[in-house]
Amino acid sequence: MDNQLKRKLQIDAVNVRMGIIEGVYNAKCGHPGGSLGLTDTLTYLYMARMNVSPDNPNEPSRDRFVLSKGHNAPVLYSVLAHRGFFPVDELKTLRRIDSRLQGHPVMGKVPGVDFSTGSLGQGISAACGMALAGKLDNASYRVYTALGDGEIQEGQVWEAAMFAAHYGLDNLVAVIDNNNLQIDGKITEVMSPYPIDEKFKAFGWHVICIDGHNFDEIEAAFNEAETVSGKPVAIIQKTIKGKNVSFMEDKAAWHGAAPNEEQYNIAMSELQVILDELQKGGE
Amino acid sequence: MADIIKKATRESYGEALVELYKICPELVVLDADVAEATKTITFRKAYPDRHFDCGIQEQNMMGVAAGLASAGKLVFASSFAMFAAGRAFEIVRNSIGYPNLNVKIGATHAGISVGEDGASHQCNEDIALMRVIPNMTVISPADDVEAKAAVLAMATHKGPAYLRFGRLAVPVYNDSATYKFELGKGVQLRDGGDVTIIATGLMVSEALAAYDELAKQGINARIINIHTIKPIDKDIIIKAAKETGKIIVVEEHSVIGGLGSAVCDVLSESCPVPVKKIGVNDVFGHSGPAVDLLKEFGLCAENIVKVTKEFTGK
Repeated sequence: MDNQLKRKLQIDAVNVRMGIIEGVYNAKCGHPGGSLGLTDTLTYLYMARMNVSPDNPNEPSRDRFVLSKGHNAPVLYSVLAHRGFFPVDELKTLRRIDSRLQGHPVMGKVPGVDFSTGSLGQGISAACGMALAGKLDNASYRVYTALGDGEIQEGQVWEAAMFAAHYGLDNLVAVIDNNNLQIDGKITEVMSPYPIDEKFKAFGWHVICIDGHNFDEIEAAFNEAETVSGKPVAIIQKTIKGKNVSFMEDKAAWHGAAPNEEQYNIAMSELQVILDELQKGGE
Repeated sequence: MADIIKKATRESYGEALVELYKICPELVVLDADVAEATKTITFRKAYPDRHFDCGIQEQNMMGVAAGLASAGKLVFASSFAMFAAGRAFEIVRNSIGYPNLNVKIGATHAGISVGEDGASHQCNEDIALMRVIPNMTVISPADDVEAKAAVLAMATHKGPAYLRFGRLAVPVYNDSATYKFELGKGVQLRDGGDVTIIATGLMVSEALAAYDELAKQGINARIINIHTIKPIDKDIIIKAAKETGKIIVVEEHSVIGGLGSAVCDVLSESCPVPVKKIGVNDVFGHSGPAVDLLKEFGLCAENIVKVTKEFTGK
């Protein structure tokens, strides 16, 4: 990846993470852990890859993104706000009774949200429907979706996986966010979905495995995905739940908990240090 | 006397989809490995490029339907009522109802008249399940003419709808030349002042047969067909309650949560009168010929007559 772009994305990602913390702190609840882990990929998609426009969020020819792991709404909202779909300041209203930023994303309510999710395993099916519509219309748009590694315990995910391969939906990319944690603990202890790569291969998908915090690998994966013909693509990314907030990293407890004031201050100052260093590096 | 033509509303459904595509080029039809039975096969034969078999995966099918609809398609997703409304309930609720997407669920093999397949396939709960979902329209046509008209009406209806069709051939009592389908409007088929019999789906023709027998015995029943169970036609129900004082509801569905409950919801708020429900009395069915099962469960003209006589005391 071009160094200038990489530095811009790294800075964007810190700002997106700050937006997540801001939202969850003000809401006093929500899902920061997975959101922080998914940040780099979503930042890349919305800031550097997807054909979307804040001025025309419902443009029929746009690329689409479905957050199948809908509880990671804080990162979707933050990345949409930083991309200009709505004011960044609105992130503080997350989950409030008078806010359009619902606990889980709702299409038609928030500009840029392409599908309503929250109940796990359903977003990937909707993404299949969008991709099929694109095929029917000979449209060039691409459909992206992100699933949790725990989420793929849902049987519906494998129905969708079979469907996407059967209909050759090569305009569909599913990101499997492999942070190895779910609410009740390690996915290997709760209900192991491993080997994830072999499962998707066996279902007829083209599989790419990457480090989900490395922008070079993220870009290379999405480039490779566009070259694949006749098959849907699964990008299985290793990520760290709670990434870049020291006390949240790799802790299942931060799946669905908000920081208190002291923790909020620590988190924001840690992110500020990363931001300062990145900005210094560019001078 | 002319022979009564009989036809299953699932047949009408398949034929109507072919007509619908001619006026609605955005139509896409999905099925879950039962196209031969739901009769979407009729559409598939005419327009194979617009029909997608999802295999035996009703949950994914409803999600795919939602995704297609979000991209501007009018989608009909089909399976048996048991699996469309039952198996896929939560996907219908969260992926179709909540985002208010333009997905029509064409559910066939509803009710006990599925027959020999037995209770696992006899869905007597689908109306209850579907009408409880916000944004969902629920339609239960009575015969071939009405079923086709209901499907074609979906060309201009926006949002989720559940259309309930039957497996069993039922009398075609409407005249296709004059019939007009009005969504949300009940149809008064016979006038009468002693009692009102409200029916839906294949119970409408049984109610009409009961009317004739009751008339012979000096009881003047009003017969109303409610093809749109949600939103329900409150006016026709309240008017009937005021004018006849007693209501009987007949449906091939559980007495819990179906048309009978919907009618009671209206009347208890606006015009409380005695209501008698004829339906499946909170039990599972079993295997057997459809017509015999309908008789056994009291879903026939004979029993409607019997209940009406007891209820009116005449």
